[in-house]
Amino acid sequence: MRMRTVEISTGAFVLAGTLALIFLAVRVSGVNLAADRSSYTVTARFDDVAGLQTRAKVSIAGVTVGRVAAIDVDLEYGEAIVSMELKGSGGVLSMDTGAQILTEGILGARYINLLPGADEETLSDGDEIEQTQGAMVLENLIGDLVTRLGAS
Amino acid sequence: MDDTNLIEIEDLYFQRGDRVVFDGLSLTVPRGKITAIMGPSGSGKTTLLRIIGGQVKPDAGVVRVAGKNVGDLGRAELFELREGIGMLFQSSALFTDLTVFENVAFPLREHTDLPEDSICDLVLMKLNAVGLRGARDLLPGQLSGGMARRVALARAIALDPQLLMYDEPFTGQDPIAMGVLVSLIQKLNGALNATSLLVSHDIHETVSICDQIYIIADGKVVGQGHPDVLHNHPSSRIRQFMAGNPDGPVPFHYPADEFLYDVLGSVK
Amino acid sequence: MIRFLRGVGSRSLDRLAGVGRATLVFAAALWRLPRPADVPLIIKQIYQVGVLSLVIVVLSAFCIGAVLALQFHTQLAKFGAQDAVGVGLALVLLRELGPVVTALLFAGRAGSAITAEIGLMKTTEQLSSMEMMGVDPLQRIVAPRLWAGFVSLPLLTAIFNVVAIYGGMIVAVEWMGGDPGGFWSGIQAEVEIWDDIGKGVVKSVVFAVVITWIAVFQGYDTEPTPEGIGLATTRTVVVSSVMVLAIDFLLTLSMYGDFK
Repeated sequence: MRMRTVEISTGAFVLAGTLALIFLAVRVSGVNLAADRSSYTVTARFDDVAGLQTRAKVSIAGVTVGRVAAIDVDLEYGEAIVSMELKGSGGVLSMDTGAQILTEGILGARYINLLPGADEETLSDGDEIEQTQGAMVLENLIGDLVTRLGAS
Repeated sequence: MDDTNLIEIEDLYFQRGDRVVFDGLSLTVPRGKITAIMGPSGSGKTTLLRIIGGQVKPDAGVVRVAGKNVGDLGRAELFELREGIGMLFQSSALFTDLTVFENVAFPLREHTDLPEDSICDLVLMKLNAVGLRGARDLLPGQLSGGMARRVALARAIALDPQLLMYDEPFTGQDPIAMGVLVSLIQKLNGALNATSLLVSHDIHETVSICDQIYIIADGKVVGQGHPDVLHNHPSSRIRQFMAGNPDGPVPFHYPADEFLYDVLGSVK
Repeated sequence: MIRFLRGVGSRSLDRLAGVGRATLVFAAALWRLPRPADVPLIIKQIYQVGVLSLVIVVLSAFCIGAVLALQFHTQLAKFGAQDAVGVGLALVLLRELGPVVTALLFAGRAGSAITAEIGLMKTTEQLSSMEMMGVDPLQRIVAPRLWAGFVSLPLLTAIFNVVAIYGGMIVAVEWMGGDPGGFWSGIQAEVEIWDDIGKGVVKSVVFAVVITWIAVFQGYDTEPTPEGIGLATTRTVVVSSVMVLAIDFLLTLSMYGDFK
């Protein structure tokens, strides 16, 4: 009889532990087991991504629509190539969508904001966003200001 | 090889750290008899049992049990050999998380494929032999020292071993428990047709049941023979041991300066 | 001077021999893979090390989660970033505190119990008598405890994390009046299944191996006296706690080292 309580409580423990793991995976990491896991990747070239990290969010009008999958450098042109994973299956955002790197709050994390355009053609997997605006780098801004003040 | 001896030990050397425990020890244990090994505390009697069981490897010498050289046996053969050996440990060594019944059933479950009801019958038989059939559901913590030792004895004989080894079976027992154990050891040796090897320094109990005594000291056998022979042994040291005299060749005092010098020295 | 050097030398050799023995015991115990007959033994040990550690783990998790949320909240509120409480809490717990604190609790609760139990079995000659009965104590006693430890600690860690996040949520949302939606969506947006949860699980598995190994070996190698058991139990807790912290540092370095 005593062995049976041991078995039952051990079973409950293992079950609870497994459920906790599943809970962590589903609820905490937000992995959605439902269908809308499809995504497509577009790239964009920036002259400066200073501070942007992989996994940073990609948003449109403040709503997250994807995340940065990879950041590579093109040594020939001295540009950064950012791959973004966007939710959905493509064919929605117009071809002349713009991408800009912004900062959350004053000191917050960098993220990419997409500005949809008006073109009939749409972006699909593997396409490149042409119109980009790199990160505002505080040092450069101050440098600009100083030279302008000096000139005037 | 002589078939009349179950255990043959030749020229055993064993050293622990800097201390020589056995220095050329030789002895034989004849089949079907009760042999006792006696000697002062710390003379390595328990170690000897462990060497026979293959738990401790000697530095040199040959130990043969049932014709097999224990030192040459592989792991599996050694475990097979041990199934034929029942050992009663000084501390009883019952498994504290198992009931008396399960303790006795343990070797049966491990080494046989018997169905549950046969195991039950066997366990009750063994427990009955030591008079503790009624205590089957108790845990070792609820037993007195004497009862624990009897349960351990039942467990040791569970597989009907050909060799029974007892490590200080009488130590720390009250007179009644002691009497019970003495008669049990004697009865079981006959009933199982086994050979018994007993390590002890309780002279009277040991003498009353054994057929042969070895006295070891300083790593060697210093006396052997039937109890009666040893009582009248030419060596005064053995006579002192057998009679339990407090002083004699083995001095009462730990080596020291003359008492007078010591006392006067401290006054000065 | 020479005596001092000799002392240092012989003590280092003792240590080395200890490590060697520990490795042999570990390898020998794992070498004997669990047989079907061992399953009940492992279940019983999971009960001993896992279920019995549950209360302390759940209580600590709740308190730690609540305290963390409180601290995060007061600091982050200064920047108006209360919604980041959940994220901070979840990441800190999943990556570091969950595995490490659970491991430390496990070392104190289960590790010491394993050492004391095996040490007592050795002192009362139960291990010897088992050997004399032709039953291998490594297979029968040591191996089930190792396997049970390997299974239990990762599960305890997962439970710890869930309870701690809930504890934190109760403080941040119920008490501090945060937004439950922001709490969860913040977490879900940031937490990655492999990078945060997976690596945390890997850590706890490593800790499980380290702690149960140390606990089992200390018990098996106990000097068979009451003082010996006490010393060995203390040593289990101290050594495994230090090892957990040191190994955590190395693991964090190798897992997240690219976040410069």
